[in-house]
Amino acid sequence: MITLTHYLILSAILFCIGLFGALSKKNAVAILLCIELMLNAVNINLVAFSRYLTPAEFDGHVFAIFIIVVAAAEVALALAIIIAIFRQRNTSVVANLHWLKW
Amino acid sequence: MIEIVWLIPFLPLIAFVLITFLVGKNRMVSALTAILAMAGSLIISVGLAVQVMSFGITMEHPREFAIKWLQLPGLYLEMGVLIDPLTVIMLLVVTLISLLVFIYSVGYMAHDPGFSRYFSYLALFTFSMLGLVIANNYFQMFVFWELVGLSSYLLIGFWYQKNSASAANKKAFITNRVADFGFLLGIIILFLYFGTFNCGQLAGAIGASADLNFLTLAGVLVFIGPVGKSGQFPLHVWLPDAMEGPTPVSALIHAATMVAAGVYLIARGYILFASSAETLQIIAVIGGWTAFFAASIALVQQDMKRILAYSTLSQLGYMVMAMGVGSMTAGMFHLTTHAFFKALLFLGAGSAIHALHEQNIMKMGGLYKHMKITTYTMLIAALAIAGVPPLAGFWSKDEILTAAFTHGNYNLFILALVTAFMTAFYMFRMVFLAFYGERRGEGSHIPHESPLIMTIPLMILAFFSIVSGFIGLPFLENGFSTWVYFHEPHHTVVNWGIMLSSVGVGLLGIYLAWLMYYQKSISAAKVAQTFPGIYKLLYNKYYIDEIYSWLFEHIVLKLAAAFNWTDRHLVDGMAHAIADGTRLIGRKLRLAQTGNLQTYALVLFAAVVLLILLAGSPVLGGVR
Repeated sequence: MITLTHYLILSAILFCIGLFGALSKKNAVAILLCIELMLNAVNINLVAFSRYLTPAEFDGHVFAIFIIVVAAAEVALALAIIIAIFRQRNTSVVANLHWLKW
Repeated sequence: MIEIVWLIPFLPLIAFVLITFLVGKNRMVSALTAILAMAGSLIISVGLAVQVMSFGITMEHPREFAIKWLQLPGLYLEMGVLIDPLTVIMLLVVTLISLLVFIYSVGYMAHDPGFSRYFSYLALFTFSMLGLVIANNYFQMFVFWELVGLSSYLLIGFWYQKNSASAANKKAFITNRVADFGFLLGIIILFLYFGTFNCGQLAGAIGASADLNFLTLAGVLVFIGPVGKSGQFPLHVWLPDAMEGPTPVSALIHAATMVAAGVYLIARGYILFASSAETLQIIAVIGGWTAFFAASIALVQQDMKRILAYSTLSQLGYMVMAMGVGSMTAGMFHLTTHAFFKALLFLGAGSAIHALHEQNIMKMGGLYKHMKITTYTMLIAALAIAGVPPLAGFWSKDEILTAAFTHGNYNLFILALVTAFMTAFYMFRMVFLAFYGERRGEGSHIPHESPLIMTIPLMILAFFSIVSGFIGLPFLENGFSTWVYFHEPHHTVVNWGIMLSSVGVGLLGIYLAWLMYYQKSISAAKVAQTFPGIYKLLYNKYYIDEIYSWLFEHIVLKLAAAFNWTDRHLVDGMAHAIADGTRLIGRKLRLAQTGNLQTYALVLFAAVVLLILLAGSPVLGGVR
């Protein structure tokens, strides 16, 4: 029997992998991928809660779809920025992107 | 006339503005503007005097006009006019002498490149002085009091290219500032205690008050103002040095008007001083001592203007002493007569200096042959100040002596009598040395009489030096003492003993001067050699200047250095420490901004975790 806990553990593992990747990867595109991973972990969480706690309603599903939409928009924007930076600086390594530092 | 009284000070102000901004390019128009303005003021003053007599305005029933100047919660300031016989006498003296000095200056300053500037300063000065005289409250008086100080600073330093002149005007200004501070403190505590600056209201409040200690304190503080302005010991040092200015300025400021402002202030606020016997005692002693002290210095000085300066100090001491022994009338009377003969002495001296380009009386002599008018008018003034009847100085001096005698302070009376003797002596020493005998100076330049524009004011002043005493004859029923008085008009009693002794010492002084400097039957040098110590002490003016500069060098400067150190190292140090600390913290904190995205994200995440832990843990007061 698969319970809510299983889903939550899966989502937590996925989130941690995403977080670790976002904090440790060097390439900006890889970081973007890891952020997607974290968002998906959240989606699993939402859908699982919706399914187990309020089976009659669709709040969780609606939220998940929202997040997917927002994530798509975010990726489109972020990739555009990364490409622009790459054209300018010839790099996409975040460690080198520190011009905001004084 | 009484409605346009405010024009009296404003006419000179208009002249000042016109000369400074409009007609200054043309020398004669500038002089004419100033003279016309002054003449206008004099005419209004005379008209006012007539009206005051006919309207029955007395010391108890003055006429007052005022407009609001500034109103704040707890503070009401007004600008106004107070008219009583005291004001009128001062107005007449100031405007008349100013006008004569203005006219005289046209001749005296004829070749000076700063001619227009000179007249604009003179106009500014008379504006300040007249504003002070008509003030109906002490705050306004203080404002004009400071203006008088400023314009005297400008006039003393008129020849600012001379080092001695610029040093003298600074000395005058600073000395006066010291005294003005006392005056300001005095009127401020009076305001805090009684809640008004108005002369009339304050007089009423002081009359009703019984707080003797407070009144003494306020009286002494206010008295510090006149001590500076009227050159009383120990703040007299500026006046002899102020002789660096043009001679007509000395006549105007340091004989008749500015220095009289201090005496006038004492008269105006007389109820404050009279309410405390101790204040009066202090005033009397300082006045008496100044009279004696300055006269003794004048005995041995050689610079003509300095002799007159010390003589002024001495006569001002007389006036202050008269106030101190309880006779405001005698003080004001002497102020009036003194203004005429001292202005005459200064202008006469100016005429002699103008002719010879020499101020040292030891190098003068024999002017009698060339300058008849100057010599005669000087002689009249010298007789007046020496107290020879029936000239003006005799009557006023006699009244002061009588006041001191009836007051019962015989030490002061003797001091005043000795001063009268010295006055006669040093004055005739100057006259005999400068105008009689043979010329002792070098140079073949033959002195000639000054032009009419200078000698006519001399003659007018000589006339007043003779007759101005008659307004206060002790035999008169309605004399000076029934116009200007404190409490109630008193008729001076004729005391023949005092009169005879005052004439006696005066004639004795003249006789001694005649023996020593005209006949030369007593050698002045021998007298000086007999008392070398006293001679040296007097010649060096009691070493007061030296004492002050020692005090300044060893105490004031040291103290200032200590304050300077405290300010730089403690006060500024604290401010600097705060600034430096902030900068240091900023420099350290800057390192936290690495610019690395992932570091920020990590911190963000850690913070979220921490918040959740805090909010979730009941031990830390979170949600249960």
